Amino acid sequence: MTMTTDNDTGATPVTTTAQRTGTPRHHLILFTLLLALLVVLPWLVYPVFAMKVMCFALFACAFNLLLGFGGLLSFGHAAFFGSASYVAAHAAKVWGLTPELSILSGTAVAAALGLLIGALSIRRQGIYFAMVTLAFAQMVYFFALQAEFTGGEDGIQSVPRNALFGIFSLADNMALYWLVLVITFGGILFLYRVTHSPFGHVLKAIRQNEARAVSLGYNVNRYKLTVFVISATFAGLAGATKSQVFQLASLTDVHWSMSGEVVLMTLLGGMGTIFGPIVGAAIIVTMQNYLAGFGAWVTVIQGVIFVIGVLLFREGIVGILAKWFKKPL
Amino acid sequence: MDIFGIPVQVLFGQLLIGLINGSFYAVLSLGLAVIFGLLNIINFTHGAQYMMGAFVAWMMLNYLGVNYWFALVLAPLVVGAFGMLAERLMLARLYKLDHLYGLLLTFGLALIIQGLFRNYYGISGLPYTIPPALSGGQNLGFMFLPNYRAWVIVVSVVVCFGTWFMIEKTKLGAYLRAATENPELVGAFGINVPRMVTLTYGFGAALAGLAGVLAAPIYSVNPNMGADLIILVFAVVVIGGMGSIIGAILTGFGLGIIEGLTRVVYPEGSSVVIFVIMAIVLLVKPEGLFGRQA
Repeated sequence: MTMTTDNDTGATPVTTTAQRTGTPRHHLILFTLLLALLVVLPWLVYPVFAMKVMCFALFACAFNLLLGFGGLLSFGHAAFFGSASYVAAHAAKVWGLTPELSILSGTAVAAALGLLIGALSIRRQGIYFAMVTLAFAQMVYFFALQAEFTGGEDGIQSVPRNALFGIFSLADNMALYWLVLVITFGGILFLYRVTHSPFGHVLKAIRQNEARAVSLGYNVNRYKLTVFVISATFAGLAGATKSQVFQLASLTDVHWSMSGEVVLMTLLGGMGTIFGPIVGAAIIVTMQNYLAGFGAWVTVIQGVIFVIGVLLFREGIVGILAKWFKKPL
Repeated sequence: MDIFGIPVQVLFGQLLIGLINGSFYAVLSLGLAVIFGLLNIINFTHGAQYMMGAFVAWMMLNYLGVNYWFALVLAPLVVGAFGMLAERLMLARLYKLDHLYGLLLTFGLALIIQGLFRNYYGISGLPYTIPPALSGGQNLGFMFLPNYRAWVIVVSVVVCFGTWFMIEKTKLGAYLRAATENPELVGAFGINVPRMVTLTYGFGAALAGLAGVLAAPIYSVNPNMGADLIILVFAVVVIGGMGSIIGAILTGFGLGIIEGLTRVVYPEGSSVVIFVIMAIVLLVKPEGLFGRQA
């Protein structure tokens, strides 16, 4: 199964230098620019909107690690995003935990769930894998619908913003913004490191030719499971953080349309690229925010983007840019 | 009269509902299997095509005064024609690529179709009355069997058997099966494989449309009716294994019945029992009950 984007083959010499010298300089520059943008962003747009973009960017990056680098299309990532969001909300509201502990407990649950679902799902490949993850996510959805603590149709509302480490108040949006910035930017950097580690290179090898990786002696299933768990964990981190931002965890977070949305973000931005999911998340979240008044037309527009993306530009926006600049972005 | 402490009417009532649901699972997973067999694409639009079938029947009745019996034939044709158009214009461009792109494309199509219907008809659901000839029911002594439900089961069994017979026992079916193994070779024998692919997709979509027409008088007609059902059908497909037509049919009916029985014993579990079975099957036999070795 290969979801190879063209920049893989087109830019081989650049990747080899990258391996020799560590982080390529243009990645360093772009990350610095991104950080600078995020620092000034709350003065340009409404901070809650900016935080939403960041949470979804992290979610999409986590998903992209699995699809773009691991070659595994999960159609059930809402399960991790949503369950972490529920657990973090519950921890903050009912147990009265501090934000960092709430977010950590949500993330931990997503990781455990990722281990369980991943271990079962990687037994099937390709489109079956997609269907199996989707079905498990639906199981989580029904659990969220029926369980006591999730509040059913209402979700967990008015989650309190407790003080960070029990000291710093996060009641102010700007205070929370810095925490979200640290979490999401740190998460994205970590995922970037994973893809550029020896582990990431083995993943690439598995995606390009699984049989060859097996014959080279790699325990392919262990690699797949590991990348699945990492991806689920960071999807959970994004969901847990989101529940603190909106002070809400609801069925939307865990519904299968959320899984579809993260696929769309990644596809639109460019799967297998580093900055693509961030760009895709920013575009989709912005679109949903400003087109919210059009009701179901938003779904239609997303569907059209999906179809056009698959038919005409499978590399995604950043993938096309990478082709132009002849550098992996 | 009780069986294991459960009133017999309740038991058979749920069994009947299970059998009805199973009929829809069977016809829908059969359509998926037919499309998957030749195109290697998981048709995510299947749920939307099922919904279209119900809506086309409803529109025909309310706008054109076309009754149920004509809709039963015409609606699947309309949905099938739509499917063939989508296949020619879009899916046909993707066959050389990874199969995942087909899944993503059909997912996008499903979003478009469901979004459009939601815009025009809302999500509240529209009623479709049971045709007069099939209203009423039979008193079987131990339970009451509505005629329409019996009819749905009969039609589903006939359609499933007919499709199985066509694919496994006829010459046309032999061509189809050969084309899934080696399209180039079959093409070299002078058979128009692309046209066969288009017709197969159309047939699969028409099956979903037919299920939609059958469903219209039972469930309310609404734009989301296919969206959640399709995921359940995916689970059915994983359990049955995509390799065989007969697997799709038997698992469809079987899981419907199991789901119905679960509703009697442990109602909270009925919405997840199929997924639990899927998890167990994946542990024990990852290729599915009737599937070929992956």
